Amino acid sequence: MKLPLWFHRLGSPPTFYAFAARLQPWCYGLAAALAVYGLYAGLVLAPPDYQQGDSFRIIYVHVPAAWMSMAVFVFMAVAAFVALVWRMKLAETLVLTAAPTGAAFTLITLVTGSIWGRPMWGTWWDWDPRLTSELVLFFLYLGVIALAQAFEDRRAGRRAACLLALVGVVNVPVVHFAVTWWNSLHQGPTVRMFGESSIHPSMLWPLLAMAVASKLYFAGSLFARTRVALLEQEAGSAWVRRELEARGHV
Amino acid sequence: MSEFLAMGGYGAYVWSAYAVTAVVLAWDASAPLRQRRALRRRQPRRPPPTPNNPTTTP
Amino acid sequence: MRALFALLLRDLRLASRRRFDLLQPLFFALLVCLLVALAVGPEPALLARLAPAVNWIALLLALLLALDTLFRPDAEDGSLEQMMVAPAPLPVLAVARVTAFWATAALPLILAAPLFAVMLRLPATDLPLLMLTQLLATPTLAWIGAICAALTVHAGRGGALLALLLLPLAVPVLILAVGTLDAGRQGLPVLPPLLLLGAGLVAACSAGPFVCAAALRLGLR
Repeated sequence: MKLPLWFHRLGSPPTFYAFAARLQPWCYGLAAALAVYGLYAGLVLAPPDYQQGDSFRIIYVHVPAAWMSMAVFVFMAVAAFVALVWRMKLAETLVLTAAPTGAAFTLITLVTGSIWGRPMWGTWWDWDPRLTSELVLFFLYLGVIALAQAFEDRRAGRRAACLLALVGVVNVPVVHFAVTWWNSLHQGPTVRMFGESSIHPSMLWPLLAMAVASKLYFAGSLFARTRVALLEQEAGSAWVRRELEARGHV
Repeated sequence: MSEFLAMGGYGAYVWSAYAVTAVVLAWDASAPLRQRRALRRRQPRRPPPTPNNPTTTP
Repeated sequence: MRALFALLLRDLRLASRRRFDLLQPLFFALLVCLLVALAVGPEPALLARLAPAVNWIALLLALLLALDTLFRPDAEDGSLEQMMVAPAPLPVLAVARVTAFWATAALPLILAAPLFAVMLRLPATDLPLLMLTQLLATPTLAWIGAICAALTVHAGRGGALLALLLLPLAVPVLILAVGTLDAGRQGLPVLPPLLLLGAGLVAACSAGPFVCAAALRLGLR
């Protein structure tokens, strides 16, 4: 398979470093602007939900975080695939630099979901397929991070973590399916947050804004982490020395 | 304002959810900055400043 | 093929020389059951309700404990690297090693299921189904465990890391296996979950050797 030239260029650490440095402020800035709109529209303008009252406003952090917790793991799996198949060093780095943000989003999903569940279902925790697979996903993120750190040879650790990310991405839907089946067996209280009812536009737009903001935030955070990781990995090379000396701040 | 903070009686839940999000994201966003500072501290002594490179002094 | 049998025989022979090591997972699993029985109390109905779950968790933990020695001794004395440069393909050698592991670690635990059943007051009618789920699911677990063990073999520390990697991946297998017993008790059909466990077995046995070999190679510097 032939890859375009710009793709190869981006694989070079100094090029990617400069590319990420250029995009990072835009990602953070747009994410902040969208979040300001989303939070204002979601917390102030949107009317209270006719069933859940004002507690539904947790949706604006919970749902985007939940989407991101899964999207980041899929991103990691794709990067891991690229890393293992084309032996692209930068992709290995991206898998590891995406993991902490993914774990952070998963933690936010779990905690805010629990806080939301208390007034809505009357319980902090329920062994529902989504909660359970989210918890398993959290442990997979931790596993990827812990595995990479357990190696003395950093490169070998990153490659091992790539393989684990690929194995893990298969696991999450299987867990979801298995818990759904297990729940049908136990016929516990079915928790439905939304029926098929459509969501009112005044509630939907802030949600979409927050979803896009979380994606842009992830991109910005990924760039920031990857830049530091590249400086660390390439320590001693000329461009890193130049970079560390040239900039007093950032 | 206090009505807004009360969130129809769900204030404690809503604001604690937002607070958790803010804390976790603040930790996540500051991690690369902390790593960068640590990296800079570990960086070996720099060569003496030259006219071309005036920013070498910390 | 010759290499497969040679390595399998070597592993089995080595295991048979250390009979006490062979019994260790079994003793560990028995101790887990003992602890659970003592912790929840001797009430027969409660124990019978919990029995499949306790037996399965004891089995899973015993396998986890045994996994640490799957590749580590060979990696330390260098024979793992010899296997990697051997003319026989690495996935074939992985098949031999995991088969030997299953036969020496998982099979004794499955055969001991009647003993666990007596200890935990499991109704005799449930026993065949319990053993069937164990027979179907332990090879899958052995492959998942082998992949995790291969990933951690060159890492500085094993133990807790291996548990962190393996247990989330083992969740679906555990749910399906114990759920089969629950379905059986409720008079629901047990064939669908058994078929799913079988599908997992086929998937693990066909993809496992290659993923495991890839994981072993990654650690090689």
